[in-house]
Amino acid sequence: MTTAEIQFDESTTTPGGPLLEVSDLDVSFPSEDGRVRAVRGLSYQVSPGEVLGIVGESGSGKSVSSLAVMGLLPQQAKITGSIRFQGRELLGRSDRELSRIRGRKIAMIFQDPLSALTPVYTVGDQIAETILVHGKGKVTKQAAANRAVELLDLVGIPHAQQRAKAFPHEFSGGMRQRAMIAMGIANDPDLIIADEPTTALDVTVQAQVLEVMKTAQEVTGAGIVIITHDLGVVAGFADKLLVMYAGRAVESGVVEEIYAAPRMPYTLGLLGSIPRLDAEEKQPLVPIVGQPPSLVALPPGCPFGPRCPMHVAACDAAEPALSIVDGNAGSADPHRAACIRSSEISATDADPAEVFGAEVVEPPKVASIPREQREVVLSVDEVVKQFTVTKGVVMRRKVGTVHAVDGITFDIREGETLGLVGESGCGKTTTLMEILGLEKPTSGSISVLGRNVGKIPAKDKKAIRRDMQVVFQDPMASLDPRMPVSDIIAEPMLVHGFAKAEIQKRVPELLSLVGLRAEHAARYPAEFSGGQRQRIGIARALALEPKLVVLDEPVSALDVSIQAGVINLLDELKAKMGLSYLFVAHDLSVVRHIADRVAVMYLGKIVEIGDVDTVFGRPEHPYTQALLSAIPIPDPIKERQRERIILTGDLPSPANPPSGCRFRTRCFKFAALPEDKQRACLDEHPPRLRRGDDHEVACHYAEVREVV
Amino acid sequence: MTVNLNEGDSSGTTGAAGGGPVDAAVEPSKATGRGALIVRRFLRNKLAISGLIAILLLYAVAFISPLFSPYDYKFQDYGAFLQPPSPSHWFGTTQIGEDVFTQTMHGLQKSLTIGLLVALISTFVAAVVGSAAGYFGKWSDRTLMWIVDLLLVLPSFLIIAIISPSLRGENWLWFVLLLAAFNWMITARIVRGMTLTLKEREFVKAARFMGEKPWKIISKHILPNMASLLIIDGTINVGSAVLAETGLSFFGLGVQPPDVSLGTLIRDGTRASLTFPWLFVFSGGLLVLAVLAVNFVGDGLRDALDPSSKKGRAKEKKKRRAERDEAQEQPAAAEAGARKREDDDR
Repeated sequence: MTTAEIQFDESTTTPGGPLLEVSDLDVSFPSEDGRVRAVRGLSYQVSPGEVLGIVGESGSGKSVSSLAVMGLLPQQAKITGSIRFQGRELLGRSDRELSRIRGRKIAMIFQDPLSALTPVYTVGDQIAETILVHGKGKVTKQAAANRAVELLDLVGIPHAQQRAKAFPHEFSGGMRQRAMIAMGIANDPDLIIADEPTTALDVTVQAQVLEVMKTAQEVTGAGIVIITHDLGVVAGFADKLLVMYAGRAVESGVVEEIYAAPRMPYTLGLLGSIPRLDAEEKQPLVPIVGQPPSLVALPPGCPFGPRCPMHVAACDAAEPALSIVDGNAGSADPHRAACIRSSEISATDADPAEVFGAEVVEPPKVASIPREQREVVLSVDEVVKQFTVTKGVVMRRKVGTVHAVDGITFDIREGETLGLVGESGCGKTTTLMEILGLEKPTSGSISVLGRNVGKIPAKDKKAIRRDMQVVFQDPMASLDPRMPVSDIIAEPMLVHGFAKAEIQKRVPELLSLVGLRAEHAARYPAEFSGGQRQRIGIARALALEPKLVVLDEPVSALDVSIQAGVINLLDELKAKMGLSYLFVAHDLSVVRHIADRVAVMYLGKIVEIGDVDTVFGRPEHPYTQALLSAIPIPDPIKERQRERIILTGDLPSPANPPSGCRFRTRCFKFAALPEDKQRACLDEHPPRLRRGDDHEVACHYAEVREVV
Repeated sequence: MTVNLNEGDSSGTTGAAGGGPVDAAVEPSKATGRGALIVRRFLRNKLAISGLIAILLLYAVAFISPLFSPYDYKFQDYGAFLQPPSPSHWFGTTQIGEDVFTQTMHGLQKSLTIGLLVALISTFVAAVVGSAAGYFGKWSDRTLMWIVDLLLVLPSFLIIAIISPSLRGENWLWFVLLLAAFNWMITARIVRGMTLTLKEREFVKAARFMGEKPWKIISKHILPNMASLLIIDGTINVGSAVLAETGLSFFGLGVQPPDVSLGTLIRDGTRASLTFPWLFVFSGGLLVLAVLAVNFVGDGLRDALDPSSKKGRAKEKKKRRAERDEAQEQPAAAEAGARKREDDDR
């Protein structure tokens, strides 16, 4: 069968006009405190084949506006304004009418691919269903099923024929998102709305998904609206950009223009808050202080005013309109900004760090001592952790072993930050838990401050715990919701027998150390924002003045603008207290910013380790190269020139790792090698060899390739 | 110091920040601990306080009023059989001329203690056994759950029937224990399930990595996080224990005539509740009152323990709104510098 059979939808596009035209869109919800005005007077246009990126913090109304386009808002939402799709007004249409357009003409890709797929039907059936529903009897079941396989193949799912018969839970996160995209483009839509399509995914998978979306756009020629909080993601993908704040567009225009010359302090701050992968030397990160205003009763004036470093009295007079910035009046897509001082910004061409007054944190004093002479804080030597897989309830029998961590070696010296990076499932968390658990590993040894944890008596472990503290990823889950902040911070001190008076004194000290106020002590964690909660977590970790702090993805759950504040804090504390960090993250740009050394993990092994500039600047292992190339750079021009190494497939199961080099199944280098040279990769695991001063790589055919 | 806009506004933006700041006016020097906060939040709840007072009053009345009554609970007035309430017999009399008022008060003395003690003991045992099984896992989980299942499967009246002859004539506190012993299993199973999920939460892990002892973790982190369940379970148990005690009396254990309890009074009175309502209404009414009071106290405790509950802070809202209005009047520009430092990344 051919695809032509299913092209049942004769095009009805009005030629020339915009595909989607949103004007003066207002959305409000009733709430206990009054009406929440989630979107206030939003206008934008999307032409066929164009990609519009909508960027903003959580709660800025970006998702609500696109749900309004889809007609998916709840009943109680009040929507006014106009949404015209291909010249037809969408507002005021019944759900039944909208359903005919949804799925066939407009497709939506949601953030969470697991909840967007029905668990009880196979993936193929679900894709076929979208074709059948809109086919209205013109398409046979068989044709729809074939088309589903074709689509899965198109989005890069290997063995599409078999995988179409799989259920959603048998797909990995990235594959599910790809299946969602396949479903979205199944009816050759004219508009695709993607709501944070890559937020829940690993970087390598994110790169794959973005690539697939590009393919989808080429195949369907559709206009795309991509909603995200990550300015990096849209840099290389979008044509136009719309920055939203407090329900309004505050800056809009062509992507290159906005990235090169932002004219609204908020955009400036957003751009300055992202750590750059391509930063040669350490650049200051800009935290945007405060949090978005309540949308219930907005005070008059610029909503960004209270957080703005350029705030003047005139800003509070009236909310600035989105007007064309200087020297842009003539162009077709003029650059607009909603700031009364935008002309001043363009006159000085200020960069974010200047405007927001951010400074680079001085490195700690110990950093000047050569590494070899510093004390070893943590040393991990050939550590192996295995889990046995058992089957059966009454008669348990062993059916296999999972090598979650398979012989890793690294050490951390005083005043140093080691970044441990890798995809989810590579064994990062297991490594952390091994270190923190202070149990004897399956084999190998872990030493904290020179003491082997496998050999010390149980009561001495408590003393070691004092020198090693942890900050978790999810600031919501890591603080006991039933405890006031003072008790949370006091807890480690109580455990280690501090005197009551001492604790009373320390709690306010610690709070001010992490930038919170002493009177915050009597509140419960739920009353704080994510960034503040993470600060409480950090205060708790520092209560005992540890030597080593283990940070398990401490900023990945935070908004970019807030992330910058926490990273700066960690940097400062390290310098002030002479801490050492073990920093686990999947975001390599954060690692580049904060770490001194970096270790790249793949399937339970470290494939490359070394000083951060060497590993990022001259990566030698193909996996590191792929990881680095997958990280988007918030610079549209650079981003479009970059060559992206797309890893095929997903992480293999650690229960059944490939023979020889574990990375070979996804390695682009391996695939390009002649057969006789492939033998080495197939048969033996490459040893970690010294390649430079502080640089070790585990690859038979390591060579430098610049990817940033 | 000035109250800034951001703080007041936090209530509307995210679900997590739901209520905004609670205690706007805490003296900054003293850090308030959990205990003090809970007491403060509890005392703020009027209904809970009235419940607590009601329980204390019931106890006082039950123990003090018989001292002033001219009759003993065993005394039979041969001049007044089945008389309705009158000045001489406030609650009327029974078929054999006993004074219902003194009987009810005497019954109340025992039943209140039985109800509260059984509820406390059974909920406590459920919490300890369930959380221990869930937290420690492995063999302790298996053993404890085996016991729970065994007790659930065995018919409790059978065991009581076996045990009761040897307990006859012993202290009545014995059957408080007996009642509690057959009341905790289902709750224990629920507690175990909740412990299993709580155990994996990061704050429990954090406590473990801090070097906190297991039982401390259970009492500080795990049990407070399921306080709602335990409190509701406890308050329900109070009422059911008072009535269950009559079941035990059937086996000849518990309260034997001529001694009375609220349970036995209710049991005997229901048969004539329509024709001679006073036999039933007073004892029944007091039981309802007692259970209601316990429920109020329980609700108050739950709200005090649960920071997401809005009850403990209803008053603050109005106060805060006033403060916010005040803050808005102040020129925001003057605060910009101070705010920047204080509210970094709120």
